[in-house]
Amino acid sequence: MQTELTPPNGASAEPAIRTHGLTRRFGDLVAVDKIDLTVPRQRIFGFLGPNGSGKSTTIRMLCGLLLPSEGSAEVLGLDPSRDAEALRTRIGYMTQRFSLYEDLSVVENLRFLAQIHSMTRDRRKTRVDEQLARFDLAVRADQLAGTLSGGQKQRLALAAATLHEPELLFLDEPTSAVDPQSRRDFWETLFDLVDQGATILVSTHFMDEAERCHELAILDEGRLVASGEPQELMAAIDAAVIEIEAQRSREASKQLETLPYVQSVAQLGNRLHALVDSNLEEPAARLQHALAEAGLEARCRETTANLEDVFVAATRDRPEASP
Amino acid sequence: MKLSITRIGAIASKEFLHLRRDRLTGGMIAGIPIMMTLLFGFAINQDVRHLHAGLADLANTQASRALAADVVATQVVDIVEHRATAAELEELLVRGRISVGLVIPADFERRLAGSGRPIAQLLVDGGDPIVLGAARGLAGMPIPGAAASRSAEPFAVRAYFNPERRSSIHIVPGLCGVILTLTMTLFTSIAIVREREHGNLELLITTPVQTLELMVGKIVPYVLIGYLQVALVLTLGAVLFEVPFRGAVLDLVVGAGVFVAATLTLGLFISTVATTQFQAFQLTFVTFLPQMLLSGFMFPFDGMPRPAQILAEGFPLTHFVRIVRAIVLRGADLEQLRPEIWPLGVFFVIAMSLAMLRFRKRLD
Ligand SMILES: Nc1ncnc2c1ncn2[C@@H]1O[C@H](COP(=O)(O)OP(=O)(O)O)[C@@H](O)[C@H]1O
Ligand SMILES: [Mg+2]
Repeated sequence: MQTELTPPNGASAEPAIRTHGLTRRFGDLVAVDKIDLTVPRQRIFGFLGPNGSGKSTTIRMLCGLLLPSEGSAEVLGLDPSRDAEALRTRIGYMTQRFSLYEDLSVVENLRFLAQIHSMTRDRRKTRVDEQLARFDLAVRADQLAGTLSGGQKQRLALAAATLHEPELLFLDEPTSAVDPQSRRDFWETLFDLVDQGATILVSTHFMDEAERCHELAILDEGRLVASGEPQELMAAIDAAVIEIEAQRSREASKQLETLPYVQSVAQLGNRLHALVDSNLEEPAARLQHALAEAGLEARCRETTANLEDVFVAATRDRPEASP
Repeated sequence: MKLSITRIGAIASKEFLHLRRDRLTGGMIAGIPIMMTLLFGFAINQDVRHLHAGLADLANTQASRALAADVVATQVVDIVEHRATAAELEELLVRGRISVGLVIPADFERRLAGSGRPIAQLLVDGGDPIVLGAARGLAGMPIPGAAASRSAEPFAVRAYFNPERRSSIHIVPGLCGVILTLTMTLFTSIAIVREREHGNLELLITTPVQTLELMVGKIVPYVLIGYLQVALVLTLGAVLFEVPFRGAVLDLVVGAGVFVAATLTLGLFISTVATTQFQAFQLTFVTFLPQMLLSGFMFPFDGMPRPAQILAEGFPLTHFVRIVRAIVLRGADLEQLRPEIWPLGVFFVIAMSLAMLRFRKRLD
């Protein structure tokens, strides 16, 4: 193998994506608000955020499908708003909504895309066969895409997005319509792709998926509210996490929400999970005391944050909204 | 980047696959030409029988009664009304009660013996080509007992409402153009909107396909389908209605090709303007109706007011109706039709440029 064909070593290479103050407005709505991002190569980079937080809009700007209102982006060394055509041969994009042709069969869809990517006849045949085998679609090759199940559609969409072996893959909520087993298999495939040199940017609103990413950016109302490795984010959470076991958990939850230093309370089965201001001393004891005063018996103890806590802490009301 | 035949081929063969799966559209390719040719074709069928007729026999002699009986014996008309004057027949004609009126003048016997003037008068609803054709047939029938030396037509035919007496054979060749205008525009007007509505466009525009490749790939399959339709209509016309084909087939292939390309790009342009398939349908009909009405297919072009004529010169159908009639009916060649071909080329270039300008490989 020639040396220039070997994939660049992740540590030394330029980042796959870099943005500066990337902003997109639709009328008065600021869908994406001054986002600064750096996505290193050969990583799975996650976009975590609720619906409407600007994940799809950001991905579309990075693919050159939408022009930024302000700011700039550099994707694989190119500017997506000017060099979109050059970029399109090097990226793969799996849209949030299934966007292959439902009235074409699995193999017809793949053949069509192989031809659109100007592959030679032989290459088309081998790549389509490879993808059918790899994504377990060979037995469904002649089935119309519209009649596939959610998991099969998703495999077909990923097969289509990776057909031309792109360096960078954008996956917009790829697992929303998929059962847990398919989701696990899907993530195995993603790690294989990264092993082979690809970089993946994936958006999700599932915590367990976000936790699998090498790095994560949490978006809320168009803003980047936290970013880093999942472990770092959990360690750096700006709140104490208290687990509470209470007899009457609904009442306890309501009582806790009235306390000024409690940021949020979530119920997990019989237990409650409360985020408390980090400057509070002995937070577990304070909560237990407060509940006892309200006549509620409870056991409180401090615990480590999980990603959901990070997400809740990062996306709760803006600092200027609280006293 | 230069145009890639491979990518154009990819788009074109994909369109064929859609057509194969879409029974309704596939059926329309043959269904619309067959249906319209039969519908319009029977309207030009000259073998008409049992038209309602009125008689005003002012002579009321044995000979005049014999003439009326002979007219009835042709089975073309049934006399359903008897009136005393021609004016009364005219009134029935206007009301639509009858479509033919036979007036036998009081001096019928003298006319029959003499040589100069027609022996009787047929009042005809000439707005209706069936009736007009039938009346012409009646006018040519031999009159018993007439002087052999007569030079004038036995009947004077007075066509009401359509003094031009347009030949109905014009209908079938022109119909090719009308059918192509309708189906070609319709098929391509939904071509891009459909991709947008189904969410395919977001994927398609993220691939390296270029706008021109996409546009060309989308019209290529329909050019072939257009030829198929022309062949179908002219064959039906020849078999069922004895429409002649006097020109060169190759000339028609060229003329129809330019026209189909122009019409398809009009559809593409609509497809870049419309945001839903329903809007695309509406816009197609908005462009179809004036073309059908003003192209000279329905009404004689020369009879239209000047502004309508100027407008109609901008329609592809106007030029194609002239091209197809000239080639099919009068055996004209392309060299003679150059003034009709180049406007179609100009239309194609303009519509294609507008479509490409409006189509962005972006979502905003
Ligand atoms: N084409 C558009 N026109 C107007 N508003 C839009 C458009 N696309 C997205 N938005 C708005 O931008 C915001 C972000 O949307 P989106 O990026 O789709 O969020 P997410 O993918 O995180 O759910 C939403 O409020 C959405 O309504
Ligand atoms: Mg989205």
